[in-house]
Amino acid sequence: MTDNRQIEELAKREYEHGWETEIESERVPKGLSEETVRIISAKKNEPEWMLEWRLKALEKFNAMQEPSWAHVAYPPVDLQDLYYYSAPKKKPQLDSLDEVDPKLLETFDKLGIPLEEQKMLAGVAVDAVFDSVSVKTTFRENLAEAGVIFCSFSEAVQEHPELVKKYLGSVVPTTDNYYAALNSAVFSDGSFVWIPEGTRCPMELSTYFRINDRETGQFERTLIVAEKGSHVSYLEGCTAPQRDENQLHAAVVELVALDDAEIKYSTVQNWYPGDENGKGGIYNFVTKRGACRGKRSKISWTQVETGSAITWKYPSCILQGDDSIGEFYSVALTNNAQQADTGTKMVHIGKNTKSTIISKGISAGRSQNSYRGLVKVNKGAEGARNFSQCDSLLIGETCGAHTFPYIESKNASAQVEHEATTSKIGDDQLFYCRQRGLSEEDAVSMIVNGFCKDVFNELPMEFAVEAGKLLAVSLEGAVG
Amino acid sequence: MLKITDLRARVEEKPILRGIDLEVKPGEVHAIMGPNGSGKSTLANVLCGRDGYEVTGGSVQYEGEDLLELDPEERAAKGLFLSFQYPVEIPGVSNTYFMKAALDAQRKERGEEELDAADFLRLLKTKAKELELDTALLNRSVNVGFSGGEKKRNEILQMSVLEPRLAILDETDSGLDIDALKVVAEGVNRLRSPERSQIVVTHYQRLLDYIVPDFVHVLQGGKIVKSGDKSLALELEDKGYAWVSQEA
Repeated sequence: MTDNRQIEELAKREYEHGWETEIESERVPKGLSEETVRIISAKKNEPEWMLEWRLKALEKFNAMQEPSWAHVAYPPVDLQDLYYYSAPKKKPQLDSLDEVDPKLLETFDKLGIPLEEQKMLAGVAVDAVFDSVSVKTTFRENLAEAGVIFCSFSEAVQEHPELVKKYLGSVVPTTDNYYAALNSAVFSDGSFVWIPEGTRCPMELSTYFRINDRETGQFERTLIVAEKGSHVSYLEGCTAPQRDENQLHAAVVELVALDDAEIKYSTVQNWYPGDENGKGGIYNFVTKRGACRGKRSKISWTQVETGSAITWKYPSCILQGDDSIGEFYSVALTNNAQQADTGTKMVHIGKNTKSTIISKGISAGRSQNSYRGLVKVNKGAEGARNFSQCDSLLIGETCGAHTFPYIESKNASAQVEHEATTSKIGDDQLFYCRQRGLSEEDAVSMIVNGFCKDVFNELPMEFAVEAGKLLAVSLEGAVG
Repeated sequence: MLKITDLRARVEEKPILRGIDLEVKPGEVHAIMGPNGSGKSTLANVLCGRDGYEVTGGSVQYEGEDLLELDPEERAAKGLFLSFQYPVEIPGVSNTYFMKAALDAQRKERGEEELDAADFLRLLKTKAKELELDTALLNRSVNVGFSGGEKKRNEILQMSVLEPRLAILDETDSGLDIDALKVVAEGVNRLRSPERSQIVVTHYQRLLDYIVPDFVHVLQGGKIVKSGDKSLALELEDKGYAWVSQEA
């Protein structure tokens, strides 16, 4: 196929999926109702069982209350005032980068994001993204050869219904929590990954490619299943800035690892955090959970959270299989008026299960940054072990750091260790760096990066570099 | 090179420096001695632009420029170096990376090219060997878990790499045993040249056996009360600081 035809195809497909216009012309009212759910399902041509599942979730959701236990404060979200499916109000397509907020472009430049990608992120209609077309084709071929399924969630419902049916909601049930129930009812799309038995996924999978393919909504659903003895590393990059008013982003991610399987899930989250005064920004209320169902299985979460006005997120591991391992490595940075309440849950069920939690919270400006973690050891979890380390770093006088560690152990043989520290970037450290010739900004960035090193070491190389730069950008103006 | 005129400074409302006059010419080594609390470290910190030290009067000219107008990092790029009395730990930042970043930042500020990574490593290893510093320390976090002596040697290592025009050594001898003292002094002496100057701040004469100064000044109550050549240091050792106050 020539490049030209590929581009034409791509253009056509984008056109085919420009159904949002159609919906708007049908004037589906804002708001959440059975009607909304039915329309979403119909638009996606879903089978009956999928619709039923959504409707059941909606029913459960309608009986639930918004949780208020997190250490964050925000005005209530009016769910009836939201659009679902194409949910983020479709921004007008811009014709060129000239129409994009220069401040945004400046940020892109600092992140070193290439021009074509900038256009894509800013929502500029790109005539043809040559590179992505070819990249996408080759990676699809490679994956197909290995037997790996990596597609959008909608495709998976159509093409692999037996797998979706078997695993959807098996880790995060529709009744799990308020936002998970909401997501289950109205999720628009997402990713589906299935790694066959004994297969090492030949490349790191990333949402980046898929975003090229088609836009995803506010309510994504990700399901990753690693069959026995398989291995996959999945990268979720949320560097797409959103500039609307406070927007709700309620995603659900479910991971399933069978015997000897390993899933590594890395996130660099940089949603729009709102402006310096806390106006706008994303409410990031996300449920992420992995089930280590098989013996000796392993799930590792690594996250770098620098964005969002409010983050409410606890990537967790259910350690069912004997000798299974759960890991959580997190850097959460808040600046200005941002609020983050993030952490993890490690639930030890199988024998000799192990979990490690390394959390680094950095607060600057007037932000509030909380670590909330639960280590739960069930009765049968003979020989379970956990090590948790939660460090907080404060920049300036007006921010806050909080740690809420919960430990519930019902097995006497379990060993649970928790360490926590809070430190301030010292004037001593800053002066030392500056005396050696580093600017104040570079000094802060270096000290913060050093503080996060244990977590960055867990990230794939390119991500680690991006994460380091992100921290620097996010901290701009945090001192002095 | 450096001309300090009637410099006055205070810390938290408390006057510490009460009119310092000092001139340092290229190639000279000046020792500043004095009892605890006389203002030695304050002088070093004021010259390097540390926050929390308020200059209330006087002036400092460095290479014909008003030094007090410059940010600490600008002073560094212009060749001012402070060997800290208490070197600071920076967890998670490798010593090598830190020194490379510092050197690059200074070179950039001066409009020079960054040093190639391989050349830099070679330079760093050579200097570390000269200072008998375990090269394993180069890969460790800056000063984290270093012994007192290792920290001080690490300061001199940074100085050797950055090659400052004016180095201020603040109590570099404290915490060093005699062997380490010799090694450190050799490191400092290697940097002596007709263009480079040094200000050695010390409480004891012993360091000056190895770093021989051209001039010795006695600081007391925030003023230089006596100046002389290296024999003044020996005399002080003999008679104590009280002797100077009586004289003055």
